[in-house]
Amino acid sequence: MYKRVVVTGIGAVTPIGTGKDAFWENMYKGENGVKVIDHLRDFPTYMAATVDDFEPQDFMEKRDVKKMDRFTHFAQAAAQMAIDDAKMDLTKEDKERVGVIVGSGIGGLDTIEKQFKILLDKGPRRVSPFLVPMLIANMASGYISIAHGLRGPNTTLVTACASGSHSIGEAYRILQRGEADIMIAGGAEAPITSISFAGFCAARAMSTRNDQPEKASRPFDLQRDGFVMGEGAGVIILETEEHALNRNAPIYAEIVGYGMSGDAHHVTAPDPEGQGAYLCMQRALNDGNLSPDSVDYINTHGTSTEYNDKIETLAIKRLFKDQAYKMALSSTKSMIGHLLGAAGGVELVATLLSLQKGVVLPTINYEEPDPECDLDYTPNKPREREINVAMSNSFGFGGTNACLVVKKFNQEASGA
Amino acid sequence: MDIFSKVRSLIVEQLDVDEEKVTTETTFEDIDADSLDVVELVMALEEEFDLEIADEEVENIKTVGDIVSYIEGKTAS
Repeated sequence: MYKRVVVTGIGAVTPIGTGKDAFWENMYKGENGVKVIDHLRDFPTYMAATVDDFEPQDFMEKRDVKKMDRFTHFAQAAAQMAIDDAKMDLTKEDKERVGVIVGSGIGGLDTIEKQFKILLDKGPRRVSPFLVPMLIANMASGYISIAHGLRGPNTTLVTACASGSHSIGEAYRILQRGEADIMIAGGAEAPITSISFAGFCAARAMSTRNDQPEKASRPFDLQRDGFVMGEGAGVIILETEEHALNRNAPIYAEIVGYGMSGDAHHVTAPDPEGQGAYLCMQRALNDGNLSPDSVDYINTHGTSTEYNDKIETLAIKRLFKDQAYKMALSSTKSMIGHLLGAAGGVELVATLLSLQKGVVLPTINYEEPDPECDLDYTPNKPREREINVAMSNSFGFGGTNACLVVKKFNQEASGA
Repeated sequence: MDIFSKVRSLIVEQLDVDEEKVTTETTFEDIDADSLDVVELVMALEEEFDLEIADEEVENIKTVGDIVSYIEGKTAS
């Protein structure tokens, strides 16, 4: 008998705001966080969505700041904000029943770059003793658990652009089975580095619309030419329903479905039939005993690449049929760029806020419709709409796919 | 700057402790330096004083005063 699982707190560090209120306000206004990055001007793409209003020292000890990579700074900040948002006093909780799963696609890339240069210039004896703990992708989960004394399940999912979603899905499963009472889950990424840009540019994955950075991320638009990289973290607090109700926790929504799949097609391109996306969305619906007709809103993966956007559209049409044309869709990446391993976490935060407020956020920079992308992506302006059931998609390189479904919490309804 | 002052400022910088807290009697434990912090501090000392300090030699160093004496010994010749 599976336990029901609810979301009781959210935290986010994003290119358009640190904290849920700033983030929501700027998304509602359709703000764009992409800007030119001066030190990357030698690259074919030299723009990204950076986090600017953020001081790691506000969220951790100054001496620890230097011993952590930027992705861990983001994760710790988002986790702290989520804990506060959940009105959770961890000193009153059984910390052996509180776990952490924060994913990252690449972990401490900036640290590896800097220390590798030191290795080449000065030799092995000058490489930092903190290199390894700083670079490994599970250190966000590690640091959060150390900072708060948490001894519940502690892992990380590393699945490229689906890391954040898979991390939340895994936390959901753990709580369903009663292996913990509370899980802190999400994703964090700080990938804006030279080597990262060199690699993604070489793969021709990013937009080169450098002369109009604020218009470069344009999911589903006919003139889209690649994704724009972002950085940040999105972390949520999940609890079993009984634990949340017992402590009168604020409840955003219930997590009712989680689906996973592999494309089995190509390392970077999606399967042309969208079968991977189709399967993971279908599995998430089945997991929640939900019919396709019940979904009001999809927060798409919507990266602004030629292939993802049209194939995700195809998969949605195949699965949802008529409902695909009745539901609202949007892509948060139009505003914050692609946060890679953090995307699943930050985008679920946006989805939960949308559900709570009854507002579908826009896909900005939507200027020219693409005949192959003919659904309602909520162009440019937010729209009021009651959202009962919402879906969030994240698809990663390697063909790894994740889908999460959240639903307005109704205590009387029977669990899935 | 004399050796003690240089060592003190490296410690202050790396471990974010107050300058007044660092005396010749201060131990690594007093300044909350774990084993990795000590390795990093030794690296900073090697850089600053252009020395090589073997791990076995670090074992005999318990206080800031020991660090200063060690460096004095190595740089005297």
